Amino acid sequence: MFLQQLLNGITLGSTYALIALGYTMVYGIVQLINFAHGEIYMFGAAVGLFLVTVAGFSLVPALLGAMTFCMLLGVLVEKIAYRPLRGKSSRLSALISAIGVSIFLSTFMLLIAGPNTRRYPEVVNPTTYHIGSLQLSSMQIIILLVAALLMIGLNLMIQKTRLGMAMRATSEDLEAAYLMGIDVDRIISLTFAIGSALAGAGGVMVGIYYNAVFPYMGTMVGLKAFSAAVLGGIGSVPGAMLGGITLGILEIMGVAYISSSFKDAIAFGILIIVLLIRPQGLLGKKISKKV
Amino acid sequence: MLQVNDIDVFYGSIQALKKISLEVKPGNIVTLIGANGAGKSTTLKTISGLLRPKNGSISFKGREISKTSPNKIVGMGISQVPEGRRVFPSMTVMENLKMGAYLRNDKQGIVSDLNAVFDRFPRLQERIKQMAGTLSGGEQQMLAMGRALMARPELLLMDEPSMGLAPLLVKEIFDIISFINSTGTTIFLVEQNAHMALSIANYAYVIETGKIVLSGPAQDLINSEEVKKAYMGG
Repeated sequence: MFLQQLLNGITLGSTYALIALGYTMVYGIVQLINFAHGEIYMFGAAVGLFLVTVAGFSLVPALLGAMTFCMLLGVLVEKIAYRPLRGKSSRLSALISAIGVSIFLSTFMLLIAGPNTRRYPEVVNPTTYHIGSLQLSSMQIIILLVAALLMIGLNLMIQKTRLGMAMRATSEDLEAAYLMGIDVDRIISLTFAIGSALAGAGGVMVGIYYNAVFPYMGTMVGLKAFSAAVLGGIGSVPGAMLGGITLGILEIMGVAYISSSFKDAIAFGILIIVLLIRPQGLLGKKISKKV
Repeated sequence: MLQVNDIDVFYGSIQALKKISLEVKPGNIVTLIGANGAGKSTTLKTISGLLRPKNGSISFKGREISKTSPNKIVGMGISQVPEGRRVFPSMTVMENLKMGAYLRNDKQGIVSDLNAVFDRFPRLQERIKQMAGTLSGGEQQMLAMGRALMARPELLLMDEPSMGLAPLLVKEIFDIISFINSTGTTIFLVEQNAHMALSIANYAYVIETGKIVLSGPAQDLINSEEVKKAYMGG
């Protein structure tokens, strides 16, 4: 029972982690909480659904299509709504702009798709595998595999490639990054592109797993993924992964052992306690101001 | 090589630089000295493109750069060792040096420059895998200099390399600056430590509250009563 719940928690948590990565990477570079990120995730779920039902795509092409769409959407949002404000106005203006984009994107979806919850048709065989006493559905396996692949890929990219190094440098010291000859605007675009693609992948998989796609699905998940990023230490990539999986496990355990009506209260309650004890988050760095 | 003509720079409504003009000739070490808050760092940041002048022009090798983005200016051959070193603290010494060569594609050239940096700063080679944030102040200064050299600049801008370092280390850093210059790199050095700066420079400018108040060959300024009184405590 416990192991089964742990497995379910890790599955849910790995989708939170995919979305939390976008929050943390963007925050790490431009110190902006991109409130429109949850809506990018929602668009991922919706575009995936569209590709499966209207265009007749199977899972993998639909997943890739949704990721590409979200990538472009994320880059566009940054260009239109955040870049013009950068350096010219306070961080608060960019934050308000982000809230505006979030409302715009969800109401736009409401307008074109209507308020009803839509469902994915059967895109994967609903097989359930048994490993000892553990049950694992094929969709769970897909979520775990895809999330693991994407996160390993992201880590390799950040640690090993020239662009990944430039991303790290920019997030450590934007001005010094300019002095290395790094095209900082391009790195910021790239960060939005990667974060949004990951959120898009999360959207498709959650849409299938929970079988529900609707215009406001990004609000709660966005909030949770953001909390996961803060829990792990905002700005830290491994932190977002750890924070997402931790939050997923907490939520599922709360449902399993206490009550499903308290699930969000339990998850966020624990989040508050962790932050009271460790304000910088699990893997976050203590912020020490230079004198 | 570098020509700054009558630039005005503002922070919001506060004017930090007033009609600053200066020239850096190829092969020279030119220094800009002055007290804290006089506008030394502002001048350097404006040359590297991190700040924009409201009026005036900056030209490098005959090309106007006052509206060029900072990353492109690096590509044109100007590197900066910023004030307070500004190494990337959570990246290793090696990664920091590689970031210095970000715009370069000549692998062999990068390797040979890397070796040259290690010859000059053996301490860095001992610590290639260490996070830059864990280095001492002097080592970080060496890393910041090595990192800037990895871009193989024609003009090296240095912002207060002596800041916060022990006197013995300051001497070492200035010896290295002279050496870098002797290998053909032109240097524009901003310093509060007027005596040290004047002792290695060819030409010098003195800045006070955003204005150039004095300029001349460094040898002349070192003996000038005015400079002695104001900046060398004598």
